This record gives sequence, C-alpha cells and structure tokens, in this order.
Amino acid sequence: MSLKLPIYLDHNATTPMDPRVLERMLPYFTEKFGNSASRNHQFGWDAEEGVDYAREQVANLIGATPKEIVWTSGSTESNNLAIKGVADMYQKKGRHIITAVHEHKAVLDPCKRLQKQGYDVTWLEPNSDGIITAQAVEAALRDDTILVTIMWANNELGTINEVPEIGRMLREKYSERDKPVFHTDATQWVGKMPTDVEKDAIDLLSASAHKMYGPKGVGCLYVRRRRPRVRLTPIIDGGGHERGMRSGTLNVSGIVGMGAACEFAGKEMDTEQQRLLKLRTRLEDGILSKIEIAVVNGHKTKRLPGTTNISFPYVEGESLMMAIKEIAVSSGSACTSASLEPSYVLKALGLGDEIAHSSIRFGLGRFTTEEEIDYTVEKVVKNVQHLLDMSPLWEMVQEGIDINTIEWGAH
Amino acid sequence: MAYSEKVIDHYERPRNVGTMDKEDPNVGTGVVGAPECGDVMRLQIKVNPETGVIEDAKFKTFGCGSAIASSSLATEWLKGKTLHEADHIKNTDIVQELALPPVKIHCSVLAEDAIKHAMEDYLEKHGKTMADLHDHEHEDAKA
Repeated sequence: MSLKLPIYLDHNATTPMDPRVLERMLPYFTEKFGNSASRNHQFGWDAEEGVDYAREQVANLIGATPKEIVWTSGSTESNNLAIKGVADMYQKKGRHIITAVHEHKAVLDPCKRLQKQGYDVTWLEPNSDGIITAQAVEAALRDDTILVTIMWANNELGTINEVPEIGRMLREKYSERDKPVFHTDATQWVGKMPTDVEKDAIDLLSASAHKMYGPKGVGCLYVRRRRPRVRLTPIIDGGGHERGMRSGTLNVSGIVGMGAACEFAGKEMDTEQQRLLKLRTRLEDGILSKIEIAVVNGHKTKRLPGTTNISFPYVEGESLMMAIKEIAVSSGSACTSASLEPSYVLKALGLGDEIAHSSIRFGLGRFTTEEEIDYTVEKVVKNVQHLLDMSPLWEMVQEGIDINTIEWGAH
Repeated sequence: MAYSEKVIDHYERPRNVGTMDKEDPNVGTGVVGAPECGDVMRLQIKVNPETGVIEDAKFKTFGCGSAIASSSLATEWLKGKTLHEADHIKNTDIVQELALPPVKIHCSVLAEDAIKHAMEDYLEKHGKTMADLHDHEHEDAKA
C-alpha cells in the first residue's frame, strides 16, 4: 500500500470521523430533521428516538444509565457546567475546590473564575511523572471541600491520573451526604479505555465526540442520579431541556453521531488498544534508538496507548515541526501557542522551559498504519540530526559546556 | 500559520551554517537569546582588519523556522559589507525581506542584536567601540 501524505498524528487534538459514524448521522440532517423537543408529531418522535438511542449507547460505554447523560456542545461546556454548576449549588456547604495545575484550560479557567468570586482553590502539582495520586488529593481535602476535579488522561502527555483510586477513596472516606462531588474531565480517555462510573465512583464525567471519531460540537456530561444524587445549577437557561441542566435545542445529528462513535469505540476497544500500543512502541523505539538525547515526557507506562510526548533537547519544537511538515503533530513550544508561552503542562513536571520548547506530541489513532510510523521515524531522525548540526546549544554541550551555567541575556 | 516562501527557502537551505574560531582576533562572535525563551542565535563575522570588510559570516541557531531564516539571511547580507554598512542592517529590513508576520518580529530583532554583538566583539578585540565606528563614519561623510 502506498503512503499517503500528509500523515495525521494529532489525534489528541481531534480525530477524523469514522465513515460508519457519518453514515448513521446522515438521515438526521434531511429526513429525520425534527426537533427532539417536538412532542406531538412524527418528525419530533423520530429525532427523539435517535437521541434516546444515542443516550443508551453513551451510557453503555461508561457504565451509566441513559438518564444520567446530559448533552452539551463538547467537553469545554461539560467542564464549565460541572465546575460552575457544583460551585453554585453547593456553596452553602463550602467553597473549597481541588484541582491540578496541569489540567486542560477548560478546567483551569472556570476554577480561576471561581477563585476570583471568592472560592478557595487548591492547585495540586504532579510528580515528575505527571500523575496526580489519590494520596495527594486526600491530603488536600478540607471540611469545606465541595468539588474535586481531576482529569483522567492528560491531553499533552497521555499520562493517566489515579481517577478510580480517587473516586473510591472519596466514597470510603465520606458518607453519601458529606462527600465532595468528584468530577473528571475524561475527554482523552472515554472511547479509548474502559470506563465504569459505578465501579470507579465518579459523580460527573466530561466527554467529547470528536476525540473518538465522532463529530465536533457535541459532547456530554455524565451526572450521577443516585448514591449520591448530584445537583447542578445550570449555566444556560432556556427551554428546560436535559432535565433543566442544559437548555437549547439538541444537536440531534451530532448526538446520533456521538452515540454511534461510542458504540464502535466500545466494540473495538481491546484490539485497538493493543494495536496502538504496538505502533507507539515502534515509534518510540525507532526514535529513541537513533537519537540518544531524546526523552519521553511523563510516566513511561501509565499512559494512553496511542500518545507519546517526546522532547528533543537543543532542538526547537516549531522548527522540527516545520522540517517534518508532511506529518501533523503538535508541540509544547511557545512558538506554536497562541499565548507565546511554552507548555504549562510540561513545566508542571518540573522540566524547564527549554525542554517544553523542544517537545513534540505524537497522537496515534484508529487509521494510523505501520508504514506511517516508519516514515515518521525516518523523517524525525533525519531532521533532528540536521537541526542539531545547526544548534549552538548542542555544540556547546558537545564541547563540555554546561548551558545551565551560562548567563543568558533576557529577551 | 503558513510561512513565506523566503522563510521556507532559508529554512530548508540555510546559508552559512557553521562555526569559526572565536579566539581568532579577526572573528567577532555574538550570542543572543536564551534557551528558556526558545531561541538562541550565534552569529560570527570574520573581518579583514585592513579594509574593515566582512569576508565571512557563519551562524548556528536554536529556534523556530523564522529565527533560523532570519539568521541565515543576516549572514548572507553581512558578507562583503564593511562594518559601517553592516551597522545599517535593521530588523525591519529582515522583516520585509522574509515577510515575517507580527508574532515573528522578535526573530528579526534577535538577528539584529546578534549582528551588533558580533561587531562589538570584533571591535573590542581591536580596542575599539561602536562609537569609534560612527566617528569614522562622520569623517567619511566630511571627506
């Protein structure tokens, strides 16, 4: 099979839609275009049937019941609803929130806003492996803690936090009534790894369709209904859709797509995990065996199977991306971010800005092939060597100069 | 963000990558930037002490494509220029030539700084300063 360029290795950013998902969605744009809230005619009933079926598909994938799924526009909205909704609803009980410094901005920024409004936020710092442990969360708990929000898998590193351990720790430590609400942003996790909100004692869980081969613009928030029943103050008011928690006409075709995406992800999860892990190992071994200075960031094994974040010290990430421009990846380099700041996630590991500037995230996915991985290894190795030859830092290191002892000018 | 053709050209075929002996009295070296900022440029010039003409220029850069292109272009422009002429290279010339977008202007500033530092280093080795260069220039103007 001939290799088709460009190659997409940025599946943590978004995924292509699975053609099978698109096929399921299509009727809902044209024939079954009704508003699922129209209760009195066939068009409404057809749309509602599609939505209800999708609710079951999502619930099945995460071990929930269909009534516990609230549709949203995606994980950013789900995270906002979870965090702001809990903060407002439970404020009489307390105003303390626990989260981590390397969460996604869609968690950090709502927490920062609440902080400005007088809530107290504890920002946990990960170990150098990037992982937040149940022990760290337990140590931060206070009498007035109302919410713990810790992501399941990190979007930049793929590292896996101790989410089931945190859930169980909270369930064991508190009575149902006193337990802080436990939310997890599972955007990178759901659809790739087994999820069971019952077993893992999760109260709120954010997920997004476009990270699992579904459409963009649709996601959900799982909201626990019993033991304990979690209540939220809505952030969007209107027609009272989704049990009043999220008003607005439902994105029926998108929701049908998310349901289908969950169904396929669930069916193929085991084989896909194995396949991705094999491909990622091939990628890492291929690169690390030829570029000695390259390092994998974050925990070596507690990671999503398809994600790897590698730093190439003394080589700047954006310039490497430019060199391998037929391969779509992302970098923690400041030059690739809108804020012109290097990745705060990598900095949270205590790695230093220069390592963040040198990092590349490779995100493998459902349609990634072995040929694509081999091509990537070859391109990366060749161009890193080229850029090292051009790097004044690498020259200094080879001359035995410790670049950390140099006084660099401010710029 | 798409790069201009000129940036891509300099990035893919960088001119004058290399290292000169920084102890050589005729070589001036300028190192600017910082690793934690994501760009470090080292620019070197080799000057003919008789004529004041820059006979060779080399660079090595750790940085984005625009930083590499800016330093590559700078070395190209420096070669064959007198120190006076070299002092007139401005970052805005680099911005214009490479069609750098606003977020990449700092790359051109860095290149201009690297030129200045390399010239200062050379002049210092000969007991002069940039001010001497300009005095000389005024004499030229009078003549």
